[in-house]
Order: sequence, then C-alpha cells, then structure tokens
Amino acid sequence: MKKMYATIDGIQVPIEGEKNLLEVIRKANIELPTFCYHSDISVYGACRMCMVEIEGRGLQPSCSTAAADGMVVKTNTREIRNLRKMIVELMLAHHDQNCTTCPKSGECRLQEIAQQLGVSKVRFKQLADFAPFDDSSDAIVRDPSKCVLCGDCVRVCSEIQSVGVLDFARRGSASTVVACFDKPFGTVECVNCGQCVKVCPVGALTPKFQINEVWNALHDSKKTVVVQIAPAVRVAVGEYFGYKPGTATTGQIITALRMMGFDQVYDTSFAADLTVLQEGDEFLERYGKQQNLPQFTSCCPAWVKFAEQYYPDMLPNLSTCKSPQQMFGSVCKDQLTKMLNISREDLVVVSIMPCTAKKFEAKRPEFKEGNNPDVDFVLTTKELSLMVKEQGIDFEKLEPGSFDLPFGFKTGAGVIFGNSGGVSEAVLRYAASKLNHGKMIDVKELRGGESTRIAEIKIGEVTLRLAVVSGLANARKLIDKIRRGEEHFDLVEVMACCGGCINGGGQPTSSDHQHVSKRAKGLQDQDKMLQFHSAQENPYLQELMRDDLTAEKAHHLLHTLYQNRKRISLEDIMIRKPSAETKISMKICLGTSCFLRGAQTLYTQLNDYIHSQGLDDVTEVSASFCNERCQKGPVVIINGNVLEHCTFERAVAELKRIQ
Amino acid sequence: MQHSSLEERKQHYHDCMSQYKAKIVICGGTGCIANGAMDIFHRFEAVIAAKGLKATVALQKEQADYILSKSGCQGFCQMGPLVTLYPQGIFYVHVKADDVEEIVEKTLLQGELIPRLLIHDDETGEPLPDTAHIPFYAKQERTTLKLCGMIDAQDIDEYIAHDGYTMARKAVLDMTDQEVCQAITASGLRGRGGGGFPTGRKWDLTRVQVNDTKYVICNGDEGDPGAFMDRCVMEGNPHSVLEGMIIAAKAIGANCGYIYVRAEYPLAVERLKLAVKAAKEAGFLGEQIFGSTMNFDMIIMEGAGAFVCGEETALMASIEGRRGMPMPKPPFPAVKGLFGKPTVINNVETLATVPVAMQMGVENYAAKGTAKSSGTKTFALTGHVAHTGLIEVPFGTTLREIIVDIGGGVINDDGSNCGADFKAVQIGGPSGGCLTQEHLDMPLDYDNLLSVGAMIGSGGLVVMNQQTCLIQIARFFMQFTQNESCGKCVVCREGTRQMLGLLEDITEGRATKESLELLEELAHVVKIGSLCGLGKTAPNPVLSTMKYFRDEYNAHVFDKKCPTNQCQALSCYQVVAELCKSCGLCAKKCPVNAISGAKGVPYVIDQDVCIKCGVCMETCKFHAIVK
Repeated sequence: MKKMYATIDGIQVPIEGEKNLLEVIRKANIELPTFCYHSDISVYGACRMCMVEIEGRGLQPSCSTAAADGMVVKTNTREIRNLRKMIVELMLAHHDQNCTTCPKSGECRLQEIAQQLGVSKVRFKQLADFAPFDDSSDAIVRDPSKCVLCGDCVRVCSEIQSVGVLDFARRGSASTVVACFDKPFGTVECVNCGQCVKVCPVGALTPKFQINEVWNALHDSKKTVVVQIAPAVRVAVGEYFGYKPGTATTGQIITALRMMGFDQVYDTSFAADLTVLQEGDEFLERYGKQQNLPQFTSCCPAWVKFAEQYYPDMLPNLSTCKSPQQMFGSVCKDQLTKMLNISREDLVVVSIMPCTAKKFEAKRPEFKEGNNPDVDFVLTTKELSLMVKEQGIDFEKLEPGSFDLPFGFKTGAGVIFGNSGGVSEAVLRYAASKLNHGKMIDVKELRGGESTRIAEIKIGEVTLRLAVVSGLANARKLIDKIRRGEEHFDLVEVMACCGGCINGGGQPTSSDHQHVSKRAKGLQDQDKMLQFHSAQENPYLQELMRDDLTAEKAHHLLHTLYQNRKRISLEDIMIRKPSAETKISMKICLGTSCFLRGAQTLYTQLNDYIHSQGLDDVTEVSASFCNERCQKGPVVIINGNVLEHCTFERAVAELKRIQ
Repeated sequence: MQHSSLEERKQHYHDCMSQYKAKIVICGGTGCIANGAMDIFHRFEAVIAAKGLKATVALQKEQADYILSKSGCQGFCQMGPLVTLYPQGIFYVHVKADDVEEIVEKTLLQGELIPRLLIHDDETGEPLPDTAHIPFYAKQERTTLKLCGMIDAQDIDEYIAHDGYTMARKAVLDMTDQEVCQAITASGLRGRGGGGFPTGRKWDLTRVQVNDTKYVICNGDEGDPGAFMDRCVMEGNPHSVLEGMIIAAKAIGANCGYIYVRAEYPLAVERLKLAVKAAKEAGFLGEQIFGSTMNFDMIIMEGAGAFVCGEETALMASIEGRRGMPMPKPPFPAVKGLFGKPTVINNVETLATVPVAMQMGVENYAAKGTAKSSGTKTFALTGHVAHTGLIEVPFGTTLREIIVDIGGGVINDDGSNCGADFKAVQIGGPSGGCLTQEHLDMPLDYDNLLSVGAMIGSGGLVVMNQQTCLIQIARFFMQFTQNESCGKCVVCREGTRQMLGLLEDITEGRATKESLELLEELAHVVKIGSLCGLGKTAPNPVLSTMKYFRDEYNAHVFDKKCPTNQCQALSCYQVVAELCKSCGLCAKKCPVNAISGAKGVPYVIDQDVCIKCGVCMETCKFHAIVK
C-alpha cells in the first residue's frame, strides 16, 4: 500500500487513517487552538479556530476536512492569525470577563487561548445580555455568561449519554444553551453524570461546590468530621499538582486531609468491599432461582436515575444494594455514633468523589435517618484540590500518611471499582469463592478500552455471561437488545462515564489523550500491590459483619428501593370501565403526536365500530397519554398488543382476530 | 391504474376551450389577491350571470359562454389588480370590483376598450392595449415564467395543454439517467438560487453515488427581503416545479422528493399541495409513474420562519426535525445529504426551468444569454423605479435595459423621473453587493458580477435613487442578517452583531476613525471565517458600499453629517430667519424646550438641546424650519 503524506508547515507527516486533517496536524507536533472540537463527539465546525490554509483550496476548517495525499498545509499565516485573534476578541466581547472570581480560572481554555494568541485588547463593545445563572441542580451549576456556545455539552449529552437535556435556543447573538423547555436545570431529566462539565472548555458548566460547607463543619469544634475517598480520586487528583495521570498520591491526600482538620480519614473501598459481598450474595440468590436476571449494578447514581426515567419496568432487575458511598455513610453513622458516643447530628460524613452525580445521590430522601443524611457533603476531586491550595499546602512535599481503621482497610476488589469492569471483576472474585471454585484474581476478559465488553466466565460448572458497558448511549443500545431478546446476560455492569468513574464529571480535564487508560492502570497497579484481592478476605469487614451486621440490619442499612421517574405517567382516562364481562381492552393514545396523526378520528371510528358490533358491554376503552412511541403513532393497544401506525382497518382486523 | 395519456388530456382541454367566446383571466398572485382580486373574480361571476349569460370557473369546463380563470402572478405587481381578456390579450390594470360591470358590458359584449383601465405610454400618453405593446413586458423574455400569469395554477389540464409533463415522460420512459444529466449540462443551466453551480454537474455527481435511497429537494425557502421570484413560480406554475423534480429524480435515481416551502407563502403551499394531489391522481407521482418501474413520492414541508434554512445543510436539518443549523461541507449533499443519503437540492426556478429548457431544445436554451451563463433569469425589480414587479430577461442584459427600458426609469423622492440616474442598485439581497452608474452597461451574468464584488444571488434588484443613504441600507441588511443568523459559529453570530453596532454608531454620529477601520477588518474576517453562506456573504453590503461610497462613510464619521439627510441623528434642524414669523408655535410644541425667541425676533433652535425629533418642522406653517 502506497504511503500517504501531507506537508504541515514544511514538515512531512504520514497519513494513517486519521479522522481529519486536525489529527494529522497533531503529528507535526502542532496542537491547533480549538473550542468545539472533541475527538469523542461529532464534528461541529462552529468555533472556526482550526482553520488552515490548504494549497489550492484556500482556508478550510481542519476538523471537518479529510487529509489527502500530497496536501500542503500552512497553519499560521497572517490571515489565520488575524482570524483567530478576532474570534477570541468577539468571544470576549460577549463573555463575563471576571476571571478572578470564576471557578474555572486557571483551567479555562478561553483564558489559555487568549494568552496563547497574544490577545491584548478587546476592541468591540462589551455585550452583557446573558441567560440567567442556574444553580437549581444539586450537582451542576450553569453560568451562561461564560458560555462560548461550542456545543460540546449539547453533543456529549445527546450522543454519548443519549439523554439530550441541553440544546441551543433562540438565534443570532441571542443564542444560548438551555435545559429542555428552558426549565431550571435541576427539574429536567439530567442524570447528573457531569460529562458536560468535563467537556466544557470554560466556566459555563461547573460542579456545585460544597467547599464552604465542608470548611464550616471542619471549623465547628462541636462536630466530628470524617472523610471517605473514592478509588478514582487517588489516581487523578495529583494531576492538579503536576503529577502524571494514573499516579497514586493517596498518602499525600491523607496527610493533607488531616492537616485540613478531618478527624478520621477512611477509604470508600472498604464500603466497596461490603458492596461486593452484598451484591454478590444477591446475585447468587437470583442466579440460583433464575429470577430477575440480568442483575444490573446500582452503584452509579447517574445510571440509576437513567434507569428510573427510561426503563422503570427494569427496576426490579437493578441490584437493591446501595452504592459504596451510601453504604459507607449509613454504616459509618451507625457505628461511629456508638464508638465515639456522639449523636448523628454531630457526626459529619464527607465523601470525595470523581463524580458529580454523587452530590445528587447523597441528597436522595431515602438516604436519611429522620432528617439527617447518611452522607452530609460530597466534594469532587476538583474541590479537594482547591481546598488543599486554599490552605496553602505544598502537596508535592507532603509526607505520606495512612488511612484510619477500621473503615480505611480494603482489598484490591474495592479499589478496582473505579474502573469500568472493576465492579464485575470484584463480584466475580467473591462469587468464585462462594461457588467453591477457589481463587479468581485476574479476570482479564472484563478489562480493556472498548465501552461495551461481553464475556463468558466459567466458574466450576457454572458459566456466567457478563456485560460491562460504560456511556449511557451504549447502555441504552445494550438494554434494547436485551429487551428484544437478542442478547441475554446474567450480570450487567453499567457506568455512565466512558471508562468508569476514573473519567467522571468531577475529575480533572487532561490534555493527555491517554489519561483514561493511564488512570485505569493506576488502579489496577494499586490492586496488585495489596495483600488481599477479594472482598471476603477483608478482616475488618469480617469483624463488622460478624459482630454487628445481622441480616435484618444489613437490609436496612445497605439496601434501597427505586422510584419510577418516567416523565409521563398520567393516569389513563377511562371511557368505558372494565367489568366482569370485559373481554376486550382497547387503549388509544391521544397524546399530541398521535393526535396530529389522526388518533381522534380513529378513536371516534373505533368507538362507533364497537357500538355497531354490539360489543359495548364487553369492551373496556381508555385514552392514554403518550406511550412514547410518538413517531410511530397513532398507537392503539388492544389486549396488550401494541399497534403502531395504526389505521382503522388494522384495528378492526385485530379486534376480529381476538374475538 | 389506467390513466388517459397526455395527448388525450391535451385534446380534451382544447375541445372544452373551443366552445367559449372569451376567456377572462384574473391575476391571482399574492399581490393582486391582497388587493382584492377575488372580489373581482366573484363580481365577474355575478355580473355575467345577471346578464343571463353563463361563465364557467376554470376547473369545471362545462358548457358555457365564457370561462373565468385565476392565474398566478402576471409580474406587473405594481399595477394590480390585473385582468386580461382573451383571445385579444387586452390588459386592464388597477381594476376595481366596481369596474367589472363596465368591462363586461363594453369590452366583453361590445368589443370596446376602456382607456382608463389600460396602461398608457410614458412618452406619448397613448393607451396600450396588450402586453406586446407595453415596454415592461415587451423587453422581457418570459421563458421560465411563460405560463405564469397565463394558466390556472390549479388546473393540471391547462398545464398539459401547453405540453406540460411531456418532458418528464420522455425522461422517465425514453432516456437514461446519464442522458438526462448530459442534456441539462448541455443547456448550461446554473443554479438559480444564487450559487450558480452547474445543475447538470450537480445531478451527475449525485447520480454516480451508489445507494437505494436518494432524494430530490426543492428549496422554496426564498428568504431574501424583497425577493418574490420563487413565490410567483410556486403560485403561478407549480406543475413546472413538479415536472422539474421528476426529471431530476430520474437523473439521479431518487424515489422521494421534498418541497421545502416557507410557511410565509400560504398560497404557494396550498397550490403546491393541490398540484401534488392532481399529479398523483394523473399517475405522474407516486408508484410506477407514467407506467414505468420508477416510483417517486412527493412530500411538502413547510418552513418555520428561518432565513438560514434556505442554506442547504440547514434546510436538510430542518426536514429531519433538527435545529436548522448548517453543517461544514464536505460532506456535500450529493454524497451525504438528507438522512445521510445522496441528495440533489435545487432552487425553485432552476427546477421550473428544466422542462422549459428541454422542451425548447437544450441547445436553444444554451444559445440564450452569455457564453458561461446561459438562458434567462427572473428578477424582482423593486425600489425607486417607475415600474416594479417580476421580470425575466436573458443573461447579458444590461442594467440600463432593465432600469430604463423595462423599469421605466428611476424615480426621485419628489416623484420626478430621472432616467438612469440612480445612486446604487442592490443586487442579491442581504448577500449581495451594490452596483453603481459605472456598471450601467455591463452585461449581467454570474461571472461578471462576481468580478466586481457583487453577485446575481436569487434575483432581487433594489434600485435606489440619489436621496438614499447607503449606510442606512447597509445597516438594514446587517440587521436582517443578525436577526437571521442561526448563532452556531462565533464569527457570524458575534461578528454581525458587532458590525451592526458599528453601523449604528456611524448613522448615529458616534463613530470614530477606529470604528471605520474595525468595521472593515471585521467584515473581512466574517467573510472568510463564517461557516455558511449566510455569514460569508453578510458583509457584502458593507464592503460593497464602502468600496463605492467611501465619501459618504467619511462624511458620517468625520463631519458627523449625512449627505442625504436620512440619518435622523445627524440632521440639523434650523430656523430660516427670513421666513420666521415669530409665532412661537414651534417652541410650544418642542418637547425639550430647545427653541427660543420673542415677538419680532426670529426663533432659534439650540442645537445642544435639540433631540432632532422633527416636530417643529412639521408644525411650522410657514416652512421656516429646514433640516
């Protein structure tokens, strides 16, 4: 095969199947300034920063141009420099330029690029018409005055997460990103995964900080403040202090937390070990009875809200186990209040998470005793770094410390929770021991970079079929396959963030294109360095379970129920009530889309037909609102059979058939 | 299903028509309808019936004395409502419902002309009986528009009687897809929506894509302010558009067509829907069209009020139900268009021209116009000319011929006709540049105009007299563009807003030397940096007016004066001392008490206080206050 080359600013670079010219230009060691380009989502072409001069073709956007053999490209002509500078000036003219008070200061791409291009003045009139600031969500804050309309949040929510809760509204310079129907962000179907926060280049989307609340608790001498750190945090927080992604700075984090005033520093992985045991037992019981399979993991709160909203009929398949964060909170508050002889109100549990959805999870009403939550505050990795810096701590120079006991002791199974595939692997290691298979430590089939991984694992005479999926659009595809009967699994692990918690919404943004796999390896290495790799081997956990956690108590502290959050769950309107004689049940959707497709006429026709056939007494008729098959309307359901694109003839044929 | 052949239907039409003594055609384009054309139509029905005679309405074609028909736009919109009487072709203008009695009595029954309802020659004052004598029409070459204004848009048989659908049948049954593409390429037809891309080549690029599903889209989202060419075609001869689409479908191998028509054209939407229905019933659309193995379905989609949806990728996004924002090209629609399938998207006029060009012979069509721009183009001639309306001329026609010969000359604000003395002609709407007196004799075609920084665009021609402030014009178009910008790319979204701000500064006396420099620099950036045609061409009015009328800009910026006195903020109201009678009325009316004086002394306006509202000038009975 002939090798293909492009010449970029005089440097010859091979073309090896890259998606576009921008990625070929990277091979010439040039990182073009961009706002809207992101390799994981569709090309948008809006910021116009990546324009380059192609010989014979003029100025072209490199993100949407394919590289061709023999292309001669200049990336930094006078025209291009002027264009880029002016674009930044135009952006700044419609931007809240108060960098010093912005949560993204220091990490902001607009700041960075303005400096990089040497923009020293904004010659345009400052415009200050912005959509309102929105902090109605528990997890994510929206600040339209910082938005540069790159559309990355819109595309990531729609394409990667298939939730689509953000989109553009209005036009011209009044364009703005809004939540659906321009409602407050906290009231729409956002699952709080924070991927929008992760891709936002500026401070328009940030996690909802609880730094002040935590400082206040630490300063309150009446309170005992304890903290749990999630596994994914320890291999990422170092990036804020110059460390490479994947470097575990656990020891330094612990010392820093003690310096800040935390009374006890614990490890979420301890609770993860507990989750493994509970979930493993639950799974083996279901597997034995072949009931409610596949079992879906439930430790990802974004996935849980997603399931509640879009697949409420599958909620019985979700594990009833709480997440490690929540199990930790309820066990900790139960145990420490006794151990230290303090009230729940005087015990403050803080968790440090790579995740924005955990903030929402901690506030769920079912995770409280009375009015007191099991987990009081959740800090993201980012917030931890800010608190460390606020105190002036020189993180790099700290002596390492170690976790407090008993809740700081964990096995490797608890640590790998932070990786996609980690929960399943941890559960399998436990299951193997229960099925008398002996030790199972490395389940390599569940590791890897693909976002959907399927594996069949043999444990003794049992062959288990598992699926590991991350990214909610991928989860949706997999679940739809399961529901259509095209796939079947025993256990499915779902993580909302591609790659798992290490890529969560609260984690640092990294310019290292390999940062996810590096962080994953960091956790795998941590697992390898521990003496115990299976949750059931955790001696402190064994002690807890033996001495205190009866089955009944475990059920109360460690398990939960879910709610149907399907957006349209209005009662059907009963037109003809059912009775003992009812043989035919007919439900016609009169939601807007079906209505526009003629459902009203259909309804009248069918009612007349029923009457003309003398079937009034044996037919139950109701009008429903939205079966969410809007594009396939009109929708008529007869005796449970769903008829899409229903015509009068089809409905009559069906009625005749069932008689 | 057995359908009667085209020949049978044509014969049937002529048989029916031969029985009528006369045909009365009332112009039913939007303009004339707004002026009461339907009242006139019904009055004809009533008056004829009252005289004991029978008039049939076009669709019925029963035994009768007369046939009443409602056509599409006849082009001379300024003179509407228009009524034409056949077979003589007598052309009555400014007809009112009360004139109908007289028309029936005198012209219909007695063959007499009514001079006051005729157009009169500009120079001799002689009444002109028919369009062959009227310069507005005589100097045009109505080719694509030939049947517009003549036939009833809602009567498919009238279209067939003029050999309608014969070219579609030929393409579908007797030609290969490649032959169709070659024929259109030979005609030299270029996209009439503004792009000017060779139509035959566009079809061929789509033809060679391998895919079971392909689409033909008709772009009827005519959004340029002041442009109504496509509207007239859709209202006046919708079948020509359908025929063009069928031929396009055969050329590329498409099985489904969409007509995207802006919702602000309800009459066009209605007539297109009726046309599609009639074409389906006749077997020209739907399954196995013309008895062949080809299927071609047609869907009409209404726009939702966005000028940017005239841009092809935004239009396709709109059809798909997404937000109408353009996408970067490549990929081009020919390769990956609607729903990701190969798509040909053509303008209304382009499609309506296809059957016309084929019928007259594509070489004959190519022989019209200029070497690289063959054929004819419709223009919406508006602004300060004596005769405004819809015209069609071959490429190569000069501005002089259009403005003077057809348009009848430039009209000043005081009503006087000053021949060819215009200030500028805006061509191509908000995407276009302006032409000046120096271009009067330049043959108009795609390439000539591009070489002087203008473009044919969709065909909007706005003539502006010497009393026009061109910066106000540039500002008007920039306001339009900023309103319609979708907001996707920074450059257009923020750039047009800032340009508008700078133009407002200039017209309101706040501009400085830096404003002018910044405006020019920004205009260049918006032109090269924008994602789509809307943004790329938005600076054209600014750059064009700056090129030819720099002095006017300088006057606004440095002298803080508007040479044409149109810019309110720069006007200076003064009392002419000799004419002032010291009545004091102006001072009483002044809302800011800027005028002072006393009996016997002329009043004076304090310029520092004056807010330039103009009330004093309106009030003064002695015309003693001037601007």
